[in-house]
Amino acid sequence: MIPVTTQMALLRLAAAFVLAPLLFGVINRTQALFAGRKGPPLLQMYFDIAKLMRKGTVISRTTTWVFRLGPIVGLSCVATGCLLVPFAGLPAPISFPGDFVVLVALLALMRFFTVSAALDTGSSFEGMGASREVQFSALAEPALLVSFAVLARQTSALSLSEMFGQVSVIFWQQAAPSFILVLAALFIVFLAENARIPFDDPNTHLELTMVHEVMVLDHGGPDLGFILYGSALKMWILGALIVNIVIPIHEISVWPDIFLFIVGMLLLAVAVGVVESVMARLRLLHVPQLLVGAVGLAILALMLMLGA
Amino acid sequence: MMTFFLSSVSLLMATGLAALFSRKGSLIAVAGCILAAILGLIPVLASLFTSAAFTLRIGWNVPFGAFSLEIDPLSAFFLLPVFLLSPLAALYGQAYLQNQGGHAKSWFFWNSLVASMAVLVAARNAVLFLVAWEIMSLCSFFLVVCEHRHAESRRAGWIYLVSTHLGTAFIVALFLLLGNSAHSFDFNEFIRSGIVSSPAATLLFFLSVVGFGTKAGFVPFHVWLPEAHPAAPSHVSALMSGVMIKMGIYGLVRTLTFFNAYPFSWAAVLIAVGALSGILGVLFAIAQHDVKRLLAYHSVENIGIITLGLGTGLLGTSLQLPFVAVIGFAGGLLHVLNHAVFKSLLFLGAGAVALRAGPRDMDRLGGLLKRMPRTGIAFFIGAAAIAGVPPLNGFVSELLIFYAGFDGIVAGSVPVVAATVAAVAALGLIGGLAVACFTKVFGIVFLGEPRSREAEQAHEADALMTVPMLVLASLCGIIALASPLILRVFKGILPGLTHLSAAECSFRLDRAAHTLEGFLAAAAAVIVMATALVWARRRLLSGRSQTVVVTWDCGYVKPSASMQYTSSSFAQPLVDLFGSILRTHKHLEAPAGHFPSIGSMRTHTADIFRRLLFDPLFAAVQHALIMGHFLQHGRIHLYVLYIALTLLILLAVKLQ
Repeated sequence: MIPVTTQMALLRLAAAFVLAPLLFGVINRTQALFAGRKGPPLLQMYFDIAKLMRKGTVISRTTTWVFRLGPIVGLSCVATGCLLVPFAGLPAPISFPGDFVVLVALLALMRFFTVSAALDTGSSFEGMGASREVQFSALAEPALLVSFAVLARQTSALSLSEMFGQVSVIFWQQAAPSFILVLAALFIVFLAENARIPFDDPNTHLELTMVHEVMVLDHGGPDLGFILYGSALKMWILGALIVNIVIPIHEISVWPDIFLFIVGMLLLAVAVGVVESVMARLRLLHVPQLLVGAVGLAILALMLMLGA
Repeated sequence: MMTFFLSSVSLLMATGLAALFSRKGSLIAVAGCILAAILGLIPVLASLFTSAAFTLRIGWNVPFGAFSLEIDPLSAFFLLPVFLLSPLAALYGQAYLQNQGGHAKSWFFWNSLVASMAVLVAARNAVLFLVAWEIMSLCSFFLVVCEHRHAESRRAGWIYLVSTHLGTAFIVALFLLLGNSAHSFDFNEFIRSGIVSSPAATLLFFLSVVGFGTKAGFVPFHVWLPEAHPAAPSHVSALMSGVMIKMGIYGLVRTLTFFNAYPFSWAAVLIAVGALSGILGVLFAIAQHDVKRLLAYHSVENIGIITLGLGTGLLGTSLQLPFVAVIGFAGGLLHVLNHAVFKSLLFLGAGAVALRAGPRDMDRLGGLLKRMPRTGIAFFIGAAAIAGVPPLNGFVSELLIFYAGFDGIVAGSVPVVAATVAAVAALGLIGGLAVACFTKVFGIVFLGEPRSREAEQAHEADALMTVPMLVLASLCGIIALASPLILRVFKGILPGLTHLSAAECSFRLDRAAHTLEGFLAAAAAVIVMATALVWARRRLLSGRSQTVVVTWDCGYVKPSASMQYTSSSFAQPLVDLFGSILRTHKHLEAPAGHFPSIGSMRTHTADIFRRLLFDPLFAAVQHALIMGHFLQHGRIHLYVLYIALTLLILLAVKLQ
């Protein structure tokens, strides 16, 4: 583990834990702007989580401990993920060679529990969502890993902190085409893993078409609060991977770094909002094609890099 | 030290014989198996921790043979699963078979199987190795056909017997060629004769991949696995899938130590075979409805992961990337131990389900976690471990292989990058699909509502069956926790494979141990946070309403268990996506008319390699052999004439 100035690390970590739900507010506001609506308040997700934490629960009599453990393990996984991903230039609190593989595996653990909890209800809606989730993620995983392979090759580094610590303007000048391809691949994975359009529509209430939302139909109260907060953190982690590459300026000084990074995250949320406003959800049959496309983009990026 | 080993083997044989003749034989045999395992573990652990090799040579009157045994760290590492799992599976099997009506005599074959595997791994002479190999194959055949009253068991046994002997033929050829060039059948002579990479060496490598790959279950030689495992009793499947197929991996690894250098192409072959076995194994597993058949395909997948690790290690050795070599081999070998633990756990769990709930078809099970809580939690841990999610042991070995792969991507030249990216992407896809497959198994079998009356009336298995499962489940966690320490045992094993000194190996292993420590820190963070959240949830909910109702069903009035998602429906998107490979047959009887009453759908996924490769091949062979039919009349005096003619010809040849 790389020793870091503890205060700054804690500050950046706190920013992640505090600001993550804001991304959903920004996405919804952007969509509202496009649709000419006023939209929910920017802080709506905070209100939702706060309210859910004050409620009791209604659970199905079919369920077991797996159902109750699902949201808890899911949230713990992404919260640990926050410890692995560097934010705004400083190394992450837990950093070691191969840590990105552990990050991918933590997302898999989260999925394992979320899907098991969904199947625990015995509801066919949730079975449907679970079945789609495992299919899409199985294809997103290689895309993410090959993208990391490109970054590792370019930076000769095997930990996230070193990798993103070295992404600089010079690197962009050397290998701009492959970076752009990797960013495209990562953005596709980001949208798929966070259950956004074109993969999934978080706002629809027709269970037959949903993926992620339908898996958590039976959760309520604090459990649902954990799930919402967990999905916010997951979006923050995967978003940070993208923003860390796009904004390669580090160590100007601490505050501008953090400021730039947060602006980057918010702009990413705006981009998601724009995508959601101008696109429709893909037919489920076409989703795998897009994900295989993301693997293809990442492999192409690697080939460009090797050729250069 | 070898005294312990010899007494362990003789104890196994003696108590096995007792099972044939005594009425209390099965108890004696199981007790013997447990005692023998404890005796056997002494030299194994001693060799692993001190990197020492213990040897023993006894005279043996077999041409070219020598009763030459040695326990070096590599042998000890493969003996570890033999002695660790056989007593646990035997305890379970004792209770399991009592419920099935005895089969006391099968314990003779069980103990002989364990003894033959022990001798096989320690053998240092090709003839002794082949004798042990053959005893192992035959004993496991008799165990597969344990329930020989079912036609299905007999058919499965037949397929197994044929394929294992086809594999053995390649191994015999391998050892004949090796012995011919070394003028001895001693393994040490094979090493000393220094086979360098050449076309002849590549032929040897090819023979060992096919021969040992048939036992291990490389695609396309895996066809016997999905037949034999469902037919065998569960504790036998556990031992065969957990331990016996690893003998194929051992054979391959041992053969690799005979060579001085490896060409790049061998590594590429192993990575390709590993990726193919891994991906096809898990895809076919997803499409299955029978739990044990599904687990059998998962053995193919995990053998693929092991081979990916070995291939990466070979790649590192052939192109002088020491880190890739050391960590690749270490990851592949560690996965041997890990797979042995969680796969036998899962087979034992599947057996308990079959015994207590009845149907093997997943679509008729469900809700078993409430009815069989201990089996359920053990199975859950096994499923998470085999799916490769942290913090369990399955992930640790995959992390090492990933690490080696990524190091190759960073440090290697273009061909290395191509090979390692292929390995990494394949491993990623396998991991994602394995999560899909095992959430399906656990979710459909243990969660939700029971889908049949048998499942509804299921109850927990005997303590003799659940305790071995719980021990194995805790091993899944313990191996992960101790993984930085376990890595140290590889410094005695890897020099023979990577051609590096022990110091060079242990330097790289320390770097990998650093990564494993980082992983353990992350895993600890997850566990601490989850514990805190469990506590927080309890605090938040204390004193609030916690209503328990039916699952939300869109306001439907009469929900029934048959409305749940089934394993077929859960797997359908993936099965359709890879439909061109899987060739799943659908039998759909659609509801018709204005008042539809009946409708059904069945899917069936046959093995394409069996259907498109082996069935036509064997049909052709049979066709060719029928031409020799005119020699067979069933008249004894003609057969005597054949024998006399053969002897005359042999005499003539000898006299020349």
